[in-house]
Amino acid sequence: MKKHFHSVVLDKDKCCGCTHCLQRCPTEAIRVHGGKARILPERCIDCGECIRICPHHAKKAQSATLEEISGFKYTVAIPAPALFGQFNHLDNIDIVMTGLKNLGFDGIFEVSRAAELVSEATRKLIKENKLKYPIISSACPAVVRLIKIRFPQLCENVMPVLAPIEVAARLARKEAIEKTGLKSEDIGVFFITPCPAKVTEISSPNYVGESACNGAIAISKIYPELTKAMDHLEKIEPLSQSGLIGIGWATSGGESAAMLGEKYLAADGIENVIRVLEGLEDEHIRDVDFIELNACSGGCVGGVLTVENPYVAQARIHSLRKYLPVSLNHIGEDIDDMMWENELKFNADIFRLDEDINKAMEMMQKMEQIYNGLPKLDCGSCGAPSCKAMAEDIVRGKAKETECIFKLKEKIQSVYDQLRTTF
Amino acid sequence: MSNALHLHYEVSGEDFTRAGEASGSVKKRLKSLGYDSDAIRRVAIAMYEAEINMVIHADGGYCDVDIYPDRVEVLLADSGPGIEDVDKAMQEGFSTAPDNVRNLGFGAGMGLPNIKKYTDDMKIETTLGVGTKLYLTVVVKKE
Repeated sequence: MKKHFHSVVLDKDKCCGCTHCLQRCPTEAIRVHGGKARILPERCIDCGECIRICPHHAKKAQSATLEEISGFKYTVAIPAPALFGQFNHLDNIDIVMTGLKNLGFDGIFEVSRAAELVSEATRKLIKENKLKYPIISSACPAVVRLIKIRFPQLCENVMPVLAPIEVAARLARKEAIEKTGLKSEDIGVFFITPCPAKVTEISSPNYVGESACNGAIAISKIYPELTKAMDHLEKIEPLSQSGLIGIGWATSGGESAAMLGEKYLAADGIENVIRVLEGLEDEHIRDVDFIELNACSGGCVGGVLTVENPYVAQARIHSLRKYLPVSLNHIGEDIDDMMWENELKFNADIFRLDEDINKAMEMMQKMEQIYNGLPKLDCGSCGAPSCKAMAEDIVRGKAKETECIFKLKEKIQSVYDQLRTTF
Repeated sequence: MSNALHLHYEVSGEDFTRAGEASGSVKKRLKSLGYDSDAIRRVAIAMYEAEINMVIHADGGYCDVDIYPDRVEVLLADSGPGIEDVDKAMQEGFSTAPDNVRNLGFGAGMGLPNIKKYTDDMKIETTLGVGTKLYLTVVVKKE
């Protein structure tokens, strides 16, 4: 297994070594050395914020291409509901579904169908009192990864129900096998994704051994061909089987609303998400049963691989789902196969200074000293996101104090003064 | 103690929205130290409550934190009005917080009881008209 596969990668040729991405990264996972950015793989949560901010388009998301589907005998597209909010004047989801089919997919299975199942399963688990309060949604993989490396106390609050993509991929695969009689390896299931975090989740999943999905194609990548296909439909097939609950998952608040309870909170945008997680940790966010967190502003419609303004997409989603039945998909008696296979374990190694606490304390003492000597401008010229991060890098032996241009200037000045008094 | 990590914070009483900065900073440091997560949680909550108290009732003050490998000791000191009846203040639901603070969800009378609940040792020294010192200790539980 690739240990740290990441969808988010750097295009070295385009990177000019500026500091925009450094300060935007919520996990301080970027350093600039030798005039080029570098992503620290163990810290990156694939939220895509650096892709959003980079003025030179040097950060990009790896994802599958439409050509890859030809490697399978039978293929199923599983579109994120966010896809449906990308089109102007769309009043029928089946147009998008039929368009996808005309691009070469044999079958389509909406992720929103699985979202309805996840919502119902969650309600069942709440009723049976099987979840730890407050319950944190596990649907956004960037948020789950963030909790895994930064919020040890909250790991057990993350709901151990599979994300809708995984449930959809499993059901789509099962349906395809039953329909065609083909072997599982001949069937390709491709997610149509709004964000890089989900591409990463498919390649190296957090809570299942292996994803039932073969890959993910970016909405932005498929968009031009898809709109063309949608313009030339001979007939519209009645393919959509989602209710308003499932489609609502595309935007922030959709998953919470599907809990049909009152004590919920939905936060979107990575900074807001972090603030909520901090508040949960300190228990000053109380009296809330269910917490929905989306790394992107507006929810999945705000994903960095979408094409439309998230708020425009949100408005379209609201009108698209207006006259749909509440929910068209229902769980059976047994929901065991919708639960996580692995427990979410906190990864203490990422931000910890040292395994030995005495050594870690020594390092922190040194860090404080170094930090006090730094200019505290957080200018990023040294290649670290802040003076604090720089002090940490120095203590970890990953940077030198003279990489700070102000420190270097001090040093040059003192050498100059010394020479002047000598001669 | 030679191997304690000492931290000092001034807690501003002027800006209510800045309350929680000291506890947040301590929490971040404890995480970097790889501290026991249950202890981090208890320190963060107890300190946060005490910090809020200091801002609501005493116009701020200062906070000294000593981190040892096996425990965290915190002193929160203010020059506020002092606590008239400590036993009463320790009762759940007893509060003298003004309405504007209650509207934000604070001042429910759970501050001191919560601090007591989350710490292993708590000591209050208070003199009316002079101020209050609150000593807290959180010990890392042995596995």
